[in-house]
Amino acid sequence: MGKVSVRFFARYAELAGCSSSAVNVQTPATVADVISRVREVFPGTQALPPRPLAAVNQRQVKLDATVNEGDEVALLPPLSGG
Amino acid sequence: MTHLVMQRLSVEALLAEVQGPERGGTCAFLGTVRTDDDVTGIEYSAYDDMALAEITRILDEAQERWPDARVTMRHRLGLIPVGEASIAIAAAAPHRDEAFAACRYVIEEVKKRLPIWKKELRGDGSEQWVEAHDHR
Repeated sequence: MGKVSVRFFARYAELAGCSSSAVNVQTPATVADVISRVREVFPGTQALPPRPLAAVNQRQVKLDATVNEGDEVALLPPLSGG
Repeated sequence: MTHLVMQRLSVEALLAEVQGPERGGTCAFLGTVRTDDDVTGIEYSAYDDMALAEITRILDEAQERWPDARVTMRHRLGLIPVGEASIAIAAAAPHRDEAFAACRYVIEEVKKRLPIWKKELRGDGSEQWVEAHDHR
């Protein structure tokens, strides 16, 4: 098992009830694995869309991207900058 | 020089960063908070570290595409009242085509890529997260 830090933003932080935390997953994992674990640990995040936008170590990635121990996985609501 | 700020944006400061005697065309873009459905202001929040990294990447890409141009930008965060700017971009190049193109490139990539979110605040005290609609 490896510890992965997770970050939530904007509406997703409200759903999760926090803006940053950590979860334990079997590493190497995929982003989708981490999201499944997040849904268990933070029940409010069950309201997240099935395939939310995600970033690993500050780069947007697809849900099959690899996550290693110590990585930072961020779940991003639809972007609305500008 | 950070590209994310909490204060009012100054176009003049941005222009000073990009203009030069060899660059005869300068283009500035401002995005301002619009009054829509009783909106009085927008609260902007960001994934700061990623937003900064992404801005650097976008500006580097613009520099690669238009090597003779100079481009910079600022995004303001926090509560921004209607009428004030949330984003300012300035591009200067030897000729106007490159200045317009570089400026346009940056705003379009910002819209697609920056991890920034807005919450609309209304006159009746209600709040609403904005979930992207692609108006241009």
